Amino acid sequence: MSFSWAKHYEPKSDLTKWLDQRLPLPRLVYGAIGGGYPVPRNLNYFWNFGVLAGVALVMQIVTGIIMAMHYAPNALVAFDSTEHIMRDVNWGWMLRYAHANGASFFFIVVYIHIFRGLYFSSYKAPREMIWLLGLVIFLLMMATAFMGYVLPWGQMSFWGAKVITGLFGAIPLVGEPIQTWLLGGFAPDNAALNRFFSLHYLLPFVTAGVIILHIWALHIPGSSNPTGVEVKSESDTVPFHPYYTAKDGFGLGVFLILFCSVLFFAPNFLGHADNYIPANPLSTPAHIVPEWYFWPFYAILRAFTFDFFIVPAKLLGVLAMFASILLLFFLPWLDRSPVRSGNYRPLFKIFFGILVADVLLLGYLGGAPAEEPYVMLSQLGSAYYFAHFLIILPIISKIEKPKPLPYSITESVLGKDSSGMAGGPVLQPAE
Amino acid sequence: MAEQVTMNQDGTAAIESDGVRRRDFINIAAVSFAGVGGATVLIPLITQMAPSKDVLAQASTEVDVSAVEPGQAIKTVWRKQPMFIRNLTPAEIDAANKVDVGSLRDPQTLAERTLEGKTNWLVTLGVCTHLGCVPLGAAQGEVKGEFGGYFCPCHGSHYDTAARIRKGPAPTNLVVPEYEFLSDTVIKIG
Ligand code: HEM
Ligand code: FES
Repeated sequence: MSFSWAKHYEPKSDLTKWLDQRLPLPRLVYGAIGGGYPVPRNLNYFWNFGVLAGVALVMQIVTGIIMAMHYAPNALVAFDSTEHIMRDVNWGWMLRYAHANGASFFFIVVYIHIFRGLYFSSYKAPREMIWLLGLVIFLLMMATAFMGYVLPWGQMSFWGAKVITGLFGAIPLVGEPIQTWLLGGFAPDNAALNRFFSLHYLLPFVTAGVIILHIWALHIPGSSNPTGVEVKSESDTVPFHPYYTAKDGFGLGVFLILFCSVLFFAPNFLGHADNYIPANPLSTPAHIVPEWYFWPFYAILRAFTFDFFIVPAKLLGVLAMFASILLLFFLPWLDRSPVRSGNYRPLFKIFFGILVADVLLLGYLGGAPAEEPYVMLSQLGSAYYFAHFLIILPIISKIEKPKPLPYSITESVLGKDSSGMAGGPVLQPAE
Repeated sequence: MAEQVTMNQDGTAAIESDGVRRRDFINIAAVSFAGVGGATVLIPLITQMAPSKDVLAQASTEVDVSAVEPGQAIKTVWRKQPMFIRNLTPAEIDAANKVDVGSLRDPQTLAERTLEGKTNWLVTLGVCTHLGCVPLGAAQGEVKGEFGGYFCPCHGSHYDTAARIRKGPAPTNLVVPEYEFLSDTVIKIG
């Protein structure tokens, strides 16, 4: 782990020496996020988002645990207990708004984090495991957020639970029994609400565990960087502390300003008004949509309105939706270009831009009603999404001629690198 | 773990380290036993999630339909799920019978979906077979979709006057539950 020039922890006081011999926790911290962890010197602000995601998770856990002290997971009173948090509990409104908007900001941060990875190809060797674990975290987050949204037991909670568990009903033969088993009944009711609460409490801690593995895997090769050229010498790196603790701290300040602006001035902007109506199993809201962060996937789900051979439309939609995420697990092996950073890949850069636009479009369509022209656009958007990963990426990694890479990180920053290897011929990637 | 199986000519066990030893047998037996035991423990852990007795014990529902005029429908609840009971007009029955059954996604005639002699009473679950929303069209003033039956607003499934799927993502017709007429005006569902 880490580079040979990494500084070693030296306990100074008697107390820290005593501790170091018995439980070297300060040593672990020093080597992981302290002065003992050398990091590329050229990281830009896109590298802040991992830390921001961690902060978002902590905020969710803190606000969530507090709300769980006032919330009652029973279909008869869940809605009322949420309103009790909003109206009666001291500062309850703030905690609940912080939790609901915290989920949104968590997803914003994680989406930027993922697209950072896509642009700078952070998923490539030797960082595949970091990417795969990240996707596991993403799946856990989605499950957590979905179940959390059910808890207030409003109209969108109820119908969201019904539609999403209905996805399992699409599986041939065993689908319906699975759906009944998941819900513990024939429609969402007390049994479903209770188990969702139990799991909503559990999964964030599972997520925290996977995050530890994610960071462990990261600390083996260390962070990538905007050039995508690996660290070669000490002059390519700076210690995490104080350089990146400061930079991350600044980013965190900006993040908190944005978060508080929404939390205090537009707390319901990202939510849906129908969720302030108590759940009613007999009437579906006119326009049911999941939370905004699921919209791109929801658009893919709804794009399939036609049967294909013997596969019914319903199953196709469900398969496509799951495939759109599972596909990302194969990305390290689909993109074969040896160059990591999109900055040096002129062709890739263009298609990356189109992909971002496509996902934003799908996001918009997922929130739109199931009518034309939205359905047709969702079909085109979904087709492009899959084409990007399965056709376009493999082709451009073959035909593209990348720009020359700098010899080292130091050279890209200072214009020259006087460490070791004379002059440094420009490294040409193998074609 | 298991070394080369070599037995002595006379069939007696080879010296300790070769051959199938008693210990191998004990290992396999112990691990199998623990495996079966562990798997058995999963049964209660998994089935506790299935509907509990009180959920399953919901008795069948009886509904008085005397007030439902032709062209009207009512919504009731059965097993916590919405039910539609619709009194079809002759025109709606005609419309349903005119359709070429072979052209349907889920081919069924109106007669197959109703009770004999009671073809005007269409009793279905009010649960879209796509992802489970409640379709519109049962209550007064709700849109009935392009085929005059039900319309599911969630992802745009259209059902006809026999509640058969005609357009949109739903794979099958609205489900017809088991039911019977206790008298001319009382229906027992379930
Ligand atoms: C991965 C981290 C988490 C995410 C993404 C998340 C997401 C959500 C969401 C979207 C809601 C619905 C908000 C609303 O519309 O009112 C919610 C509700 C809730 N969550 Fe979480 N949550 C997380 C962690 C936790 C934790 C650790 C707890 C601790 C028990 C918790 C407890 C609750 C409670 C009690 C509610 C119901 C009150 C309410 O609806 O506001 N959450 N969560
Ligand atoms: S649930 Fe009815 S169309 Fe999707």
